[in-house]
Amino acid sequence: MTSEALFSLALTIIFGALVSGTPLLFATLGEILAERSGVMNLGIEGMMLVGAMSGFATWFNTGNIWLGFLVGTLFGGLLSLLHAYITITLRADQVVSGLAVTFLGTGLSSILGAAYVGKKVPTPNTIIVPILNRISLQEVTVVLIGLVVAPLIWYYLNRTRPGLNLRSVGEYPSAADSLGINVYRIRYMYVIFGGLMAGLGGSAMSLVTDPGWVDGKTSGMGWIAVGLVIFASWDPLRGLWVAYFFGLLRRLPLDLQNPALPLISTANNPSIGRVMDMLPYLATIFILILGSREAMRKRLGAPAALGNPYIRGERGL
Amino acid sequence: MSESPNSFEMRGIVKRFPGVFANDHVDFSCKVGEVHALLGENGAGKSTLMNVLAGLYRPEAGELVIGGKQVTLHSPQDAIANGVGMIHQHFMLVPSHSVAENMVLGLNKPRFFLNLSQVEEQVAALAKQYDLNVNPRAKIWELSVGEQQRVEVLKMLFRGAKILIMDEPTAVLTPQEVEALFRTLREMTSQGHSIVFISHKLDEVVAIADRVTVLRKGKITASGVSAKGSTKAQLARLMVGREILFQIEKKKMEPGKIILETKNLQADNDRALPALRGVSMQLRAGEILGVAGVAGNGQRELAEVLTGLRNSTGGEMIFDQVALGPHTNWREIGQRLAHIPEDRSAVGSVPGLSVAENSILKCFNLTPIAKGWSIDAAAMQKKAVKLVDEYQIATASIQTPVRMLSGGNLQKLILAREISGGPSLMIAVHPTRGLDVGATEAVHKLLIKQRESGAAIMLISEDLDELLSLSDRLAVMYEGKIVGEMPAEGADIQRIGLMMAGTKVEA
Repeated sequence: MTSEALFSLALTIIFGALVSGTPLLFATLGEILAERSGVMNLGIEGMMLVGAMSGFATWFNTGNIWLGFLVGTLFGGLLSLLHAYITITLRADQVVSGLAVTFLGTGLSSILGAAYVGKKVPTPNTIIVPILNRISLQEVTVVLIGLVVAPLIWYYLNRTRPGLNLRSVGEYPSAADSLGINVYRIRYMYVIFGGLMAGLGGSAMSLVTDPGWVDGKTSGMGWIAVGLVIFASWDPLRGLWVAYFFGLLRRLPLDLQNPALPLISTANNPSIGRVMDMLPYLATIFILILGSREAMRKRLGAPAALGNPYIRGERGL
Repeated sequence: MSESPNSFEMRGIVKRFPGVFANDHVDFSCKVGEVHALLGENGAGKSTLMNVLAGLYRPEAGELVIGGKQVTLHSPQDAIANGVGMIHQHFMLVPSHSVAENMVLGLNKPRFFLNLSQVEEQVAALAKQYDLNVNPRAKIWELSVGEQQRVEVLKMLFRGAKILIMDEPTAVLTPQEVEALFRTLREMTSQGHSIVFISHKLDEVVAIADRVTVLRKGKITASGVSAKGSTKAQLARLMVGREILFQIEKKKMEPGKIILETKNLQADNDRALPALRGVSMQLRAGEILGVAGVAGNGQRELAEVLTGLRNSTGGEMIFDQVALGPHTNWREIGQRLAHIPEDRSAVGSVPGLSVAENSILKCFNLTPIAKGWSIDAAAMQKKAVKLVDEYQIATASIQTPVRMLSGGNLQKLILAREISGGPSLMIAVHPTRGLDVGATEAVHKLLIKQRESGAAIMLISEDLDELLSLSDRLAVMYEGKIVGEMPAEGADIQRIGLMMAGTKVEA
C-alpha cells in the first residue's frame, strides 16, 4: 500500500468518525443539558426517529435539505414537549415516560414514514473533496456545527447566568426556587432543547450522514446518546470526545472493508465486521450498567436532583 | 431600644391551610437594630408567619409594612427587593457550586456573563466588613456546617438584606460556632440590621434576643416581651401552655454487662470514601452512650453499620457476645435491636401505610401477628390500638396513613414499635430533631425508661443539651473516629465543642 493510499485511508477513517459521531453529539449535548436540569429523557431515540423521518419527508417533498433540518429539529422538540409535560407538570416517573415517548416516536415514524422507505434522495450531497469520494459540503457543515456548538454549550453552562440557573435547578431545586428561579420553566426549556437537539441529530442522519429513510433509521443512536451522557460525566466538552469515539466505533467496520487494507480486511471475514458492528452497543450496555449504580453515578458527578420531580413544599418550606 | 423605629410591622396576618388556622390575626414587628425571637411549638405557625414575611406565602388578610411603606410581596424576590432575607434551617446553598456562584444565584445582574472574579472580590470585602471569614472560591460541600451558615448570612447581606430571618440557626453548630454566630448577629444589629431569631433553645433565646414573641396554635400568647427579664420556664409555659420538665430525672444505674462492643470498626460512605476510620467503643446494659459530633463525621455510617444497613469494611462488632458480619442473620438480630433512624419518614416508617401496618413492620412474620403466611388483621389492630393508647400517639385512627401524622407522633409510633419488641440494644439517631418541646420531652422519657429497663442505648445527636442531660457517658466523633470519651456528669461543654471541631484536647 502506498503512503498516499494510507494517508487517504486514515483521513477517511478520521473524517468518517467525525461524521458518524456528529448526530450522536447533537443528541448527547441535548440530553446533557436536560439531565443537568434534573430531567432524564429516555425518549431521545423516539425523538431522533421522528426528526429523521420528518426531516427526510420534508427534503423529499420540497427538495430543500436545510428546510428538512428545520422541520426535523422542530418535530423532535415537539415530541419532547410531551415528555416535559408528563414528567415536570404531572410529575410522573421519568424513566416510564421516556420509554413511552420512545415507543410513540418509533411507531409514528414507522407509520408516517412508510411511504418514504427506500425513496431516492432528491439531490445527492455536494461532494467538495472528491479525492476521498465522500466528503460533501453537507457533511462538513454538520461536523463544523457540532465542533462549534459543543464548546459554546460548555461555556454557556459554566460561565453564564442562565447556565448557573440551569445547574442549580438540577442540583438543588428548592434552593433555586427560594431565590426566585422558576424551576418548572427552566426544566421545560432544557427538556425541549434536548428534544430539538435529538431532532437535529436524527435529521442529520437521514439527510447527511446516511441519506434516506428506513424503519428504525437511527438504529439505537438515541440509546447510545443516553449512555454517552454518563460516559461524558455530564460535561459537554467530554461529550464531544466520546461522541467522536463512538462515531469511530460505528464507522470502523465500514472503513475496514476497504480492500486496500488486506491485513484486517473484514471483506474476507464478515464475522469480524459483525462483531465490530456490535461494539458501540456493547460499550453502551456496559456504561449503562455502571451508571445504574447510584453510588457510581454520584462519583461520576450526576446532577443531585436527576430523576426527581420538583414539588414545592406546601407547608414549612 | 424604644426610640428605634420599626424596621417592619406585620398587622393582623391571617393564613389558613386546609383544616388548620396557621396564623390567626397575628401582629409581629421588629425594630431597627433588634434581635426579636419568635418562639412556638411545631405547627404553632412560626414558619408560616415567616414565609409570609419572606414572600413565599400570601396572607389572606393583614398588612405588611416594611421601612414605613406598606408592601405586598408576591415572591421571595419581592421580599429581597424590600430587604428581607430568610435563612432556612436546611441551607439553600447548591453544594456543587462555589461560594461566589451561590452569591449571585437568582440575581438579575450581571445579565448574561458571570464575572466570578469580580464577585469573589465583592464577597471578600463584605466578609471582612462583618467578620465572616470564608473563601469565596471554595465549593459549598467542602465547607463545614458553620461555614455554610456564614455563606448563607453573606448571601443575604450581598443581596442587601436589612431584615434577616433565621430559622433554628444554632441547631447544627458547635458551642464555639454558636458564640461566633452571636458575635456576627450583634455586629449586624449594631450596623442597623434587624434579626428575627427562631429557635427551640430557650437558653440561647434568653442570651441573644432583645424581645420575645410567642405563638401557640396560630395565635400570639406573648407579644414583644423583654427577653432580659424572662426565664426559660416562663417562655416554655407560654409556648406549650403547661409546665415542662427541663431536668430529666434519671435514676442512678449500675451499668451491666457489655451488650455491644466495636473494635477498630471501619466503613465507607455513599461516595465510597472512608467514613469510619476505626471506631472502638463499648456499650453496657442500662447505659446511655451519647455520641456527639458535627454532622458528617461518620455518625450516620456508624448507626447504619450497627443496624446492618451498611457493610463494614474492617474491624469487629460484637453484639451480645456474637460477632456480627456479612454472614449475620440480621433478621434475627433485628428482633433484639431497636433502631430509631435519622430519617423517620423514609427509613423509620412507610409513609403510605397505615398506623396499624407500620406498627407491625418488625413482627409481621412472628406470632401472633403472622398466621401461617398471612397476617392476622385482628391481631394487628389489637397491637396497634394498644401501642397508640400506651404511647399516647395522636392519630385520627389506626387506619390513617402515617404520612398524616405530625413529626412527634410519628416518632412516638416508631419508638413504640421498636420498644415493643423488648430490645436489648437501641440505636437512636437524632431522635428529637425537629420535634417541639412537648414531643421532645415525651421521647426523652421513653429513652430513659428503656435505660431503666436495662437496655443499652446509643444516642446519636447534635443537640449537646440533650446529650448531656440523657447520657451516662459521652463520646465525641470527628472524621470517623471517637476522639474523646467522658462521663456526661460534669462534662465541660467548651471542651466537647473543641473536640467536635477537631481540635486536639488532652483527655
